[in-house]
Amino acid sequence: MPLSNQMSRRNGKLRSSRLFLKRSFLFSSLYCESLPFATLLCLSLFLLFSVQSRADPVGLERQSSYDLMSPDTKAMQDDPLLNPATFAVLDGQVLWQEVAGKKNQSCASCHGDATVSMKGVAASFPKVSSSGQLLNLEGRINQCRVEQQGAAPFAPESKPLLALAAFVANQSKGMPISVERTPANEQALASGQRLFNQRMGQLNLSCAQCHAERAGQKLAGNPIPQAHPTAYPIYRLEWQTVGSLERRLRNCLVGVRAEPYAFGSAELLELELFLAWRAREMPLESPGVRP
Amino acid sequence: MSKTSRTIVTMPTAAKKGEVLEIRIIVQHDMESGFRHTETGQRVPRDIIRDFLCTYNGVEVFRVELHPAMGANPLIVFTTTATESGTLEFKWSGDNGYASSTTSTLAVT
Repeated sequence: MPLSNQMSRRNGKLRSSRLFLKRSFLFSSLYCESLPFATLLCLSLFLLFSVQSRADPVGLERQSSYDLMSPDTKAMQDDPLLNPATFAVLDGQVLWQEVAGKKNQSCASCHGDATVSMKGVAASFPKVSSSGQLLNLEGRINQCRVEQQGAAPFAPESKPLLALAAFVANQSKGMPISVERTPANEQALASGQRLFNQRMGQLNLSCAQCHAERAGQKLAGNPIPQAHPTAYPIYRLEWQTVGSLERRLRNCLVGVRAEPYAFGSAELLELELFLAWRAREMPLESPGVRP
Repeated sequence: MSKTSRTIVTMPTAAKKGEVLEIRIIVQHDMESGFRHTETGQRVPRDIIRDFLCTYNGVEVFRVELHPAMGANPLIVFTTTATESGTLEFKWSGDNGYASSTTSTLAVT
């Protein structure tokens, strides 16, 4: 038999088996359509949500995102000689002593030795100041800079601001977050909680839907953390630099395709306050390393 | 990036002759790749460390050439054999006249 004939016969066989497949596929889809399909869909969605939706972890169920990291990244955070954020802490230590502004004052002129005066301070932020203003650590540093030093405030996410924040936060390393519900912060805390549960952006997702209800599950292959701000300012490997909690929150807002709130906006501060309160008593790890 | 920056070297101060030492060095540097643009579309010029050199009593024992794909604050871990007591010198050099150096002493018994 000529070769071309053999080929065509083989092709013919193939074609018929394909036809067979097509027919069986059609048959099975017809079978599916004969079932009450809408009911099945509803049931599976209901099952998905009833299994996946969980309450916000509280107390000892809470977990720092440190526990989700690889051993290498953990080692990087644990050893100050490997942690790239150490450079920010050392820069902050120098800035602490540096005189600035019209009043010729340094941080140390008023606060003295940071290892004593700043111990546990970062763990109590965000805080409502005596003038009734809600401030995070960076905001408090800038308030000091303007009022006590007579200098221009640092720009948000600027290197010196992050360095000072990292240096001050490092003094509280290992100490429990001490943000409590008080009459002064009650209103802001409630707004923060509302924002945490509010759906936003084109994806119409709330913080809680990922970080409370689906924490521990995977998003694009990565574990979803419970979103406890225990290590800020962090050195994020993705950023290749040190960054604040506000930067991280803006990241998430872009992620759900919402317009991110501005740095220092009331919304971000309220969210920060709520998150810190939600993570109360968890130990501070600053400066952390995150992937 | 400034003309110089902080460095951290982690290595033992004493070793037995013939022992293999692990040396960890980390240097503060933004390692601006030169491929990024500002919000107004202007290219951010490249500013990276180009070279790292380790000499042991004046003899080159380890050298690295760095490129734009290296991350910020490059960490380099390498080993060398303890041969004699002396000084190890670590030198970084890079774009825009960047230069850093530090030394560590090693006692070999």
